[in-house]
Amino acid sequence: MIEFVKGTFIIAGALLMLLASLGILRLPDLLTRMHATTKAAALGVILIMLAVAMHYAEVGVSARAFAIIVFILMTAPVAAHVIGRAGYFVGSKLWSGTVKDELRPNYDPLTHELKSGMESIENTQRQPRDTDPD
Amino acid sequence: MDTVILISQVIMSLALILCFVRVVRGPSLPDRVVALELFASIVVGLVGVYAIKSGVSSFIDAAIVIALMGFLAAMGFARFLERGGPRDD
Repeated sequence: MIEFVKGTFIIAGALLMLLASLGILRLPDLLTRMHATTKAAALGVILIMLAVAMHYAEVGVSARAFAIIVFILMTAPVAAHVIGRAGYFVGSKLWSGTVKDELRPNYDPLTHELKSGMESIENTQRQPRDTDPD
Repeated sequence: MDTVILISQVIMSLALILCFVRVVRGPSLPDRVVALELFASIVVGLVGVYAIKSGVSSFIDAAIVIALMGFLAAMGFARFLERGGPRDD
């Protein structure tokens, strides 16, 4: 029984990794490629490490396998965020079918200033409120 | 169990080859960085499967180190890009 579960986890993890690399090969631009790789590869590593923990069934090895799982879960989103941010600043081209890029009109990539779209003369000055102390 | 491990090793090697195609072809540096990060993840999976196959549990430590190095390499490349790396390569 546990052999069957182990084998299923290993094959599923390997197939998820193949899916991630198919995604990175076939998808059109940086952000869609990251969308394919981060999630699928993280899930593949998690499944294979679960299989390792089941195979050994010792405290030390299982603790290290779960340490890898927690590490992957913590670092994959951070790395994806940092690379996506750097790629946007460097000016990697978006896919021609991209529907919306809301940062493009409001963001200055040189000064890193983000406009809210609500800038006006009266919004730059502080308006007095009723609850202000005198 | 050996057959399952062999099949999974073949599948992951195929994934490494496809990922390497993106490393070679990738039109810009961030694409290559993403592909190298995926590379590190697949190698972690391969090392884990080999730890099951060989029965030596110390390979898990190597997997931990590879995952750590992949993350740090991605962070370093991103910092390098933001602090004025190649703009349109």
